[in-house]
Amino acid sequence: MERLILRRLQADGEEMILNFGPQHPSTHGVINFMVETDGEVIRKAIPDVGYLHRSIEKIGEQVGYPGFMPFTDRVDYVAAMFPNEGYAIAVERLLKLEVPPRAQWLRAISCELCRIASHLISVGTMAMDIGAFTPMLHGVRERETLNDLMEALCGARLTYNYHRVGGVAFDLPEGWRDRTLRFLDHFDRFLVEFDRLISFNEVFVKRLAGVAVIPAELATDYGLSGPNLRGSGVDWDLRRDLPYAAYPNFRFQIPVGKGFVGTVGDAFDRYYVRCLEMGESSKIVRQALETLPEGEFMAKVPRRIKPEAGEALSRVESARGEMAYYVVSDGTEKAARVRVRTGSFTAMGIVDAISPGLMVADLVALIASLDVVAPEIDR
Amino acid sequence: MTVQEVHERLLARFGDEVGPLGEPKVDPFCVVRAARIVDVCRFAKEDPALAMDFLEDLTALDWPKRNVIEVVYHLFSYRHRHAIVLKVEADRAAPRVPTVEGVWRAATWFEREVYDLFGVEFAGHSDLRRILLPDDWIGHPLRKDYQEAGGYRGFDNVRENPLVELRRLDERARAAAAPATVPAPAATPPAPVPPATGEKA
Repeated sequence: MERLILRRLQADGEEMILNFGPQHPSTHGVINFMVETDGEVIRKAIPDVGYLHRSIEKIGEQVGYPGFMPFTDRVDYVAAMFPNEGYAIAVERLLKLEVPPRAQWLRAISCELCRIASHLISVGTMAMDIGAFTPMLHGVRERETLNDLMEALCGARLTYNYHRVGGVAFDLPEGWRDRTLRFLDHFDRFLVEFDRLISFNEVFVKRLAGVAVIPAELATDYGLSGPNLRGSGVDWDLRRDLPYAAYPNFRFQIPVGKGFVGTVGDAFDRYYVRCLEMGESSKIVRQALETLPEGEFMAKVPRRIKPEAGEALSRVESARGEMAYYVVSDGTEKAARVRVRTGSFTAMGIVDAISPGLMVADLVALIASLDVVAPEIDR
Repeated sequence: MTVQEVHERLLARFGDEVGPLGEPKVDPFCVVRAARIVDVCRFAKEDPALAMDFLEDLTALDWPKRNVIEVVYHLFSYRHRHAIVLKVEADRAAPRVPTVEGVWRAATWFEREVYDLFGVEFAGHSDLRRILLPDDWIGHPLRKDYQEAGGYRGFDNVRENPLVELRRLDERARAAAAPATVPAPAATPPAPVPPATGEKA
């Protein structure tokens, strides 16, 4: 990297190289951007990642199948239910294990609440990065209730370790259903309030409309997924299109970017798709709580998990795009390979292509609208 | 299309350059000759019946017993909702595989990661640098026979158990508090410190 800077500096004395991060508040974790600027205009922003690399994939080869579950939380600690679920589904596919319906429903409930919690952080920090501090506090206030709900459900507020190979760890606690419904009633009103507070605020809209446009084709080519892909107008959601867990049983819309205030695929579309998704998640949780089947919440799983040799891929729609676990078994009690494909990693790869020509302040909007979290890039 | 149909279509175009579809234990895959991987991928993406526009994942597997590193491509088509897993085998000693960067640009970062963690050279890659680890890191951690160097630039990667230090402090306090008239017990030897392995990597 150092050599790279030197070479570029020698090539053109007019440019300035700016180190944006790794400790910058708007990089959402430790990410560094080498920004080549010409005045306020960015020639190129080169992301330099890896500061949070903990080799989680290698740990997956060292510990047994059930033992890896707590580590998956750390892949994405803002939305830790999704890596839990992805890993559980991958190992279940290897074991050809049927998960009882109640567990499927509990998975959907926990994941959708987690999606709301994660999007609240995303839209809140986005507003903060743009310069509005209050929406962040509103978001975190709502997330706090969700954290309480999660704590009641599984004992943890951040790294849940709730899903298990074959089901989930705990059933719903007493009174949790009503608490959640009360929260959702409040939350649906909050979403309207949030829109009034910030989403269509004129200054906010002007900062985001038409900024950092990612056309649909480019988004697919770079492997963007989740809200980033839908923000570009691609109507694709794994929950609806390749349904897993309990999702075929719920009715919900997939919000897609359609140029709400500017161009399709701009930063505002990516932002607003998340706002709309929170409403849909709330609908899913309501339906799931209503139709929650009785019965076991954990399948009969052998004490020693030892799948036959083979490989399985599981794809789940995480809050940050598609999370895919590729687990390869060689017939022993430890996996031969655990690979996590995350939405943030591919989202970071596109910064190179989108950044040229942006203003420095718009780079902040771009990063915030991609909603990356550093541990998910670096793993 | 099912995986079998996708595979048949690839077979019809490329003959025995594309291997048989592996036994369907869970997810089947097929092995492609390394020299043809770019052509196969481009065909899979551009053929309207396949239209694999999404490179979902690109990673590698290390099999020291077979002396092979497999590069794994997960392709998916948004339009037709079908998928296939392709694999390319490379020699462990000097793994070298052509880059598919020209087909999907998502491959740029995926291949950098595989290069970083497995040491696979992607011939023709535009920016083959380490991505997660520092540039001067030694070795490729996701290889099965990877041995950690003793540290990195003077930072140890082994750490003394903090309890050992606490015990040492306890013992020192106890020795200081012991009454002087009693013949002082031989000072307890300090708890063994793990051997220093902090060579500079």
